[in-house]
Amino acid sequence: MFTLSAHFPPVFAHVHFCRMASQLPRRIIKETQRLLADPVPGISANPDESNARYFHVMIAGPDDSPFAGGVFKLELFLPEEYPMAAPKVRFMTKIYHPNIDKLGRICLDILKDKWSPALQIRTVLLSIQALLSAPNPEDPLATDVAEQWKTNEAEAIKTAKQWTLSYAQA
Amino acid sequence: METDEELFMEDSDSEPEFLEDELQVMKFEDLEEEMKVAIADLQDVLEVSPDICRVLLQKFKWNKDALLDRFYESSDAVSFLIDAHVLPSRSVSESEEEECQICCMEGRLTGPACNHKACTECWKAYVTEKIKEGQSEIECMTSNCKLIIEDSQVEQFIGDPIGIASYRRVLVNSFVRVSKNIKWCPGENCLKAVKVHQPSDSRLIVCPCGTRFCFTCGNEGHEPIDCNYLKKWLKRCMDDSETFNWIHANTKDCPKCSAPIEKNGGCNYMRCENTACRYEFCWMCFGAWKNEGAHSCNTFREKNAGGKTDREKSRVSLERYLFYYNRYIGHERSLKLEKKLKEKIARKMEEMQQLSMTWVEVQFLQKAVEVLSECRHTLKYTYAFAFYLKRENNAMMFEANQNDLEQATEQLSGFLERDLDRENLITLRQKVQDKSRYVEQRRKALLDHCNEGNDENIWVFNE
Repeated sequence: MFTLSAHFPPVFAHVHFCRMASQLPRRIIKETQRLLADPVPGISANPDESNARYFHVMIAGPDDSPFAGGVFKLELFLPEEYPMAAPKVRFMTKIYHPNIDKLGRICLDILKDKWSPALQIRTVLLSIQALLSAPNPEDPLATDVAEQWKTNEAEAIKTAKQWTLSYAQA
Repeated sequence: METDEELFMEDSDSEPEFLEDELQVMKFEDLEEEMKVAIADLQDVLEVSPDICRVLLQKFKWNKDALLDRFYESSDAVSFLIDAHVLPSRSVSESEEEECQICCMEGRLTGPACNHKACTECWKAYVTEKIKEGQSEIECMTSNCKLIIEDSQVEQFIGDPIGIASYRRVLVNSFVRVSKNIKWCPGENCLKAVKVHQPSDSRLIVCPCGTRFCFTCGNEGHEPIDCNYLKKWLKRCMDDSETFNWIHANTKDCPKCSAPIEKNGGCNYMRCENTACRYEFCWMCFGAWKNEGAHSCNTFREKNAGGKTDREKSRVSLERYLFYYNRYIGHERSLKLEKKLKEKIARKMEEMQQLSMTWVEVQFLQKAVEVLSECRHTLKYTYAFAFYLKRENNAMMFEANQNDLEQATEQLSGFLERDLDRENLITLRQKVQDKSRYVEQRRKALLDHCNEGNDENIWVFNE
């Protein structure tokens, strides 16, 4: 079984984070501490060494999905207005998914108009993980992928598995 | 006691009798007042707060009857209000916590009727962000709680007069946006709206600020072309302007047959590729090429001979478009240039008044300049109209009208631009007055013909 902790030793990240935390809003400090101390299964999120608003994220492909066995790198950025504005999240690893485009941009309502300041980094990452389990070709971002998903799902799943093998290996 | 005059005014205010083409100009305060009246009107029936009434009216596009129909259809008032998200479906129990869940700081916590709490700073930041996005109905901050925060509470959260003023603007804006018979004047610095009794198609509005705009599409007045075709035309002008610019920058027309020719080599020997023409000429002087063999040449040749008919077709289609576009844009440029003419005429009028003419006697010039720009304006849009018009008998009548108006307009323009300083004022005045009257009539005749055609469906348009 693949473990995410090997890639970002949490202790190391924590030391850095504490050094930068002084000017950060308390909300971001608390969220970060909790993400590091009590990570979501299958997800790791670590603040960048030089910018505490920028997170290196890894999501393991859910077992019940064509992305199983893959590890997907994402970047997450908390804008100045956070939590009044949504975090900006993007896939860095190539992925064959109807709601994620070539540039890694994600079509997810809570990242746009359904954002609420009561949501957190944790909830956002969980939603992205859920999106990997349940692709939604009816609300596509990558239209060509969505079309394939609708007309020939078996073929689409095969391509998604292929891409996972080719691009999403740790 | 009210005086007779006040009574009379109140009377005329409360029952505005609109004529067909009457319109009402509304300032920001008038719009707010109109909203207030509608809110109070609804409040009499529903007996809920004015804030709730505003949100409900906005949801129903300020159509009180539609709102009330729905209200009476619903099983009871409370569920109607809950469904509209103006009453909380359930209110969470008040927590004893001191820490705000949003910023994780301690402070005085408050919240809307659903009891979802946050500190006042967070509420302020939240509503300010939503107002910046132009949202008039702001939901509770909690995810999945759809309760709309009452206007007065939003204002309380904002706290400062500048923020409250921009929230009020957002509210009035949302009212205007959904009101079919009210539109903002698009004029620069004109902050007024115009209300019409009956919104009719492509209706030309003249705002007191001088802006002329189409009530339906918000563009400047565009008779005789309708909003749909205007939209197509403007899109085409946008799309094709690059092609057009390229042609202007890189081609010259064959001096014999006027086909556009691109010079893609250094040689100045040119032979027109138009099979019917084959004119050989010099790029530099446009003269016929006689001195054969004097240059080593690298002339432009179209390699794909098979695609010729297609190419010719697309060239014809482009030429046709450019024909109309050139005239359309030509009148627009003239309109801009004639702004200067207005200043010149104003100076001339002063001069004339110093030379023993009366104020009344020189007004004809002012009038003529106005007529001139109206004609240019109309002519400009006749070319967009004509571009989509299929040539048949009625279209030919239109073209005759257009031609006549255009010639007369150019004559009038000539009188005002060239003859102004040369001619005897008495003769000039006669000429200018006659011509202005004539073009005004012709302009009206042209537009009437177009409008009648619309009513009777006689125009055949190319898509």
